[in-house]
Parts: sequence; C-alpha cells; structure tokens
Amino acid sequence: MAFLELTHIRKEFGGANKAVAVRDFNLQVQKGEFVSFLGTSGCGKTTTLRMIAGFETPTQGTITINGKDVTSVPPNKRNVGMVFQSYALFPHMSVSDNIAFGLKIARQSSSDMKQRVGEMLQLIGLEQMGSRYPHQLSGGQQQRVALARAIAIRPQVLLLDEPLSALDAKIRVSLREEIRAIQKRLNITTIYVTHDQEEALSLSDRVVVMNAGNIEQVGTPFEIYNFPATPFVASFVGTLNQLKATVGDAHTIVFEGQTLQVAEPIAQKPGEVVDIAIRPEMILLTHTGQGNALKARVTEITFLGAVVRVQLKAGQTVFDLDVFNNPNLKLPEVGSEATVSFAPEAVRVMG
Amino acid sequence: MRQKLWSWLWVVLGALYFVVPLYATADFSLRAQKGVLSLRAYENVFKDPKFAESFLFSLQMAVLTILVSLILIVPTAYWVQLRLPKLRRVMEFLTLFPFVVPAVVLAFGLIRIYSRPQLGGLLPPLLNTPALLVASYMVLALPYVYRATDTGLRAIDVHTLTEAAQSLGAGWATILFRVIFPNLRVALLSGAFLTFATVMGEFTLASLLVKPAFGPYMQLLASSKVYEPSAIAVISFSLTWACIGIIQLVGRRSPGQAQLAATK
Repeated sequence: MAFLELTHIRKEFGGANKAVAVRDFNLQVQKGEFVSFLGTSGCGKTTTLRMIAGFETPTQGTITINGKDVTSVPPNKRNVGMVFQSYALFPHMSVSDNIAFGLKIARQSSSDMKQRVGEMLQLIGLEQMGSRYPHQLSGGQQQRVALARAIAIRPQVLLLDEPLSALDAKIRVSLREEIRAIQKRLNITTIYVTHDQEEALSLSDRVVVMNAGNIEQVGTPFEIYNFPATPFVASFVGTLNQLKATVGDAHTIVFEGQTLQVAEPIAQKPGEVVDIAIRPEMILLTHTGQGNALKARVTEITFLGAVVRVQLKAGQTVFDLDVFNNPNLKLPEVGSEATVSFAPEAVRVMG
Repeated sequence: MRQKLWSWLWVVLGALYFVVPLYATADFSLRAQKGVLSLRAYENVFKDPKFAESFLFSLQMAVLTILVSLILIVPTAYWVQLRLPKLRRVMEFLTLFPFVVPAVVLAFGLIRIYSRPQLGGLLPPLLNTPALLVASYMVLALPYVYRATDTGLRAIDVHTLTEAAQSLGAGWATILFRVIFPNLRVALLSGAFLTFATVMGEFTLASLLVKPAFGPYMQLLASSKVYEPSAIAVISFSLTWACIGIIQLVGRRSPGQAQLAATK
C-alpha cells in the first residue's frame, strides 16, 4: 500500500458555469518519494495539491495518507506541511517564532521547541537570523524559513505550491537543489507543483504531467522526456520538432521529398500521413555517414548560452537543431545549404 | 512657480477656516479673569466634581464599546473577507446606516428593544444597565471599526495566511488571535481611538437616554456658564487630537499601516 494514495479524484467547481478542474486523478506515492505535478496554468495541479492539503474537498474520490482516509479531515488535522508561492510567513513574528508556530500549537515543551527551531535554522543555513523579521529577509531566505516552518512539525507529506516562481533564476536553481537535498535527508514524502519543466525534471523521482484536469503521463524524468506517451507530453516537455511525413514502409518515411529511416516499426500504412517528432539535440550538424541525412537551408541561428539553436528549412517545413556551445564551433552561415543527420532511433512516430 | 503660490494660498485659506474659530475659542477660554490671561476657566472645570464623574463614565462606556465592538466586528469582517466575499457589499451598506439614521430614532428603537426581557427570557430587561448605552455606541462605532478592520484585512493576504496557519495545525481561535489580530494592530487601534473620540463627545443618545455622560455635561455647562464651555471645547478638541496623534505614532512603526490608519 502506498504512503499517499489518490483514488478516482474528481473536482468540480459548481455554480452557473460548472467547471471540471480535475478528472479521474489516480496516483500512488511511496514514502520518501519526490513527485512533481507539471503542467500549464489551469491544468488542475494546484487544485489537486490543495485537495491533498485539505483546502479543497474532492467532489468524488478518496485520499489516503499512511493508510488513513483523510478525504474529509480538516486541513489542520492532517499533519501536512505546506509551502506557498507567496511564502505566507507571519509578518508580526520573528523567524524563530514562525518556525515554532506549529510546534506551539502542538503544545511542545519550550526546550523541545527551542531545540527543534535550532535544528531547522541549521538545516536551512540561517542560524544567525532567528530574531529577524520576514520583511528583513530576501525572497530566497523567506522561502527557506517557510520550508523550515513546514518541516518543523514533522509532516507526513510535504506540499510545495510553485515555491520558486517568485524568485530570480539564480536563486531558483540553488534553492531547488537545497530543497531536494533536505527532502532526501529527511526522507519526507513530497509533492511539488510547478510549471517549470527544468525544476520538475531535475528534482523529481517521478513526474506527473497534467493537462486540462487529466493526467497525461506519470513516469521518471528520463521516461517522460525520452518516451513521451502522448503528443501533449512530447510537445510540452522539452522542445520538440513536430513534422509531417508520409509513410514509405514499416521503417521508412518520406519527409519533404527526402527518404528517412525509422528504427521503431510504423503501424500506419504506406502512403498515410503521420506526425513525427524529433528532439533538436538529436540532430547533428555534421553528416557522419551513418543514419539519416537531411538536406536543408539554414534560416536562423540563436545563441542561448550553453546551447546554440540552428533553425533550418527543408522544403516548406521549419525545424530546430540544438548543438552545445563551443568557442571552436564552426557554425554554418545563415542562408547556406547544410546537410544534417540523425539516427533512425531519434525519430518518434506520434500517430 | 505660480502654481505653487496658488496652492499655498488655498492651504492658508483652508487652514484659517479651521484655525480662526479654534483660536477664538482658546482665546476666550483664557479670559475668565478680567483683564488677565489666565487658566481660571480650566481650573473651575477641573475642580468641578461633575467633570470627573462624567468624564470617567464616558471613559468606561468608551472602553466597553471598543472591547465588545472588536470582539464582535473583527471576526465578522474576517469571515466575510475569507469566505463570503459577496457579502462585502452588504456589509459596506450596513455600515453606512449609523450615518443615515437619526440618533433619536436609534435611541427610541433601542429603548423599545431593551425594555423587553433579553435572549428569550434568559436575561431581564437591560434598560437601566450600561448595556443599552454600549449597544447604542456600538452602532455608532460600527462604520469606523468595520472599515478600519476591513482595510487592515485587505492589506494582509488573509487567505494564504489562514491556510498557512491551518496547515500548521491551528484552529479558528488560534488563527484569529495569534495570526489575524496581531497583524491588524494598527487598524484596530485606529478604529478604537476613533470610537473613543466619538463616544467621549457623544451628546444626543446620552442625553435622550438620560445618562451621566461627558457630552450632556458639556452641554449643561454651555447653558449655564460663560468661559467654562470654551475651556471644555478646547479640552475636548485636545482629546481628539491626542487620539489621532497616537494613531499616527503607532502607525509610524509599521510603515504600510500608517497610510491605512490615516485614511480612517
């Protein structure tokens, strides 16, 4: 039996325009697992998180934590720690008091509380800031205090609702690593809601990709990225070239007049038009002699830092190619003809 | 440059409109002794036992009004903000009533209600207890306290703070007293001081209900003495200004909240 189970969860918002926010959500999370809910705004990820926390009640379905059915248990009795996007620190209390808040409610002895607060401050690396007030801290520090406050009560499940969205890029990266390190160390079951793929992919044991209230795919970051189950996942996670081609035979397609080999067997019949997908980083600028060769014209080159994105046009179709940045890189000129190559395994037939 | 000159002109004119009568009153109050500027009028006022009596009575009424108002209105405002946003309009409308309904109507209505046994027979008629006056004053204080609280609540993210507290195990009482009230400190104080100023100076209800309050006392003096009423007026003004001053002072400690306090 999983530690956290959501079974047939459905959430409708009533009223004149009935909206279904979450449809038939099923998930089993093991103890100590870090699971991300990934999707765009309005896909239902935050609503589901709030149902786990108890701030929303499911229209149908059950939620079980550690074997106990908590579907109708009020939020203050679930022992679930929550970290909000807006930090939600109590402005009139110092950092230490904020962290001790949950402990005070649980009526712990003051020596126990002091010890626990000390532990937490050390965990988040803010030992000297105990007597500061939230408005005296930076965003990243505030969020760390919010995390400490949620963890101090030793929650069964830790919920994070886009905790890093309000912070700038550099802090986001360092803080998310900290969060993951703390989570691993304490082995707390964690649900993390985000619309940022990088966060989801880099932090999670598993990712739940959601779209319009439905789960599109549940899998490890590797699986989600390399073996997307649905067109939505393929196009949402990472960048993807989506092309149309005609089926030649079980292992061949014709794309813009050029014949290409496909490793996975194609179910469609010859002559049918199929959607195919290729990741930009799977296409190489040089022709190795093996695999597929594709002739195209270079239309644009964009420098993205670590990656250089080359946009090419074959016939009427535009597609991207990603190559790692390298000062010694010899990039083709815009407007020139180039031959790019990719392995037959890189082609995914979407249907 | 011309613009500035005109602005200053209007400021000065406006100031004069207020300051001149005040100055005249203050000046008059200092002339109790013939030919000399003295504080004789003030001495007489402070020596009068009725002054202390009525002042203390109104003080008690004010404190009671503030306490009961806070306990009743703050949770209501909180709940409306949190769960019943549609009722906001209704509440705002309701809080305008005390400005619209004449005090006489209010007084007689309250007398009628309070002359009957209260709470379905549990309590005897509360007509001759302070409860009647406090209840009346609460109605008068309603606009100030409600609006002060509402503005204070809007400045803090009530929803998220409540949810954060809940996720940490807090019940409603804890949330109200440990999370909400402390963050409304300035707003509540400003509402309290406005109530205080209102109650201290209130005349109509106190005199209609025949209570020994400060307002009727001032009126009594005005009809029987010459210089003392001016002294009382100055004292009364000073009291109100002191209240506003304290609101500003307290508000200064929390920068955002000073603006809120000032808008009351």
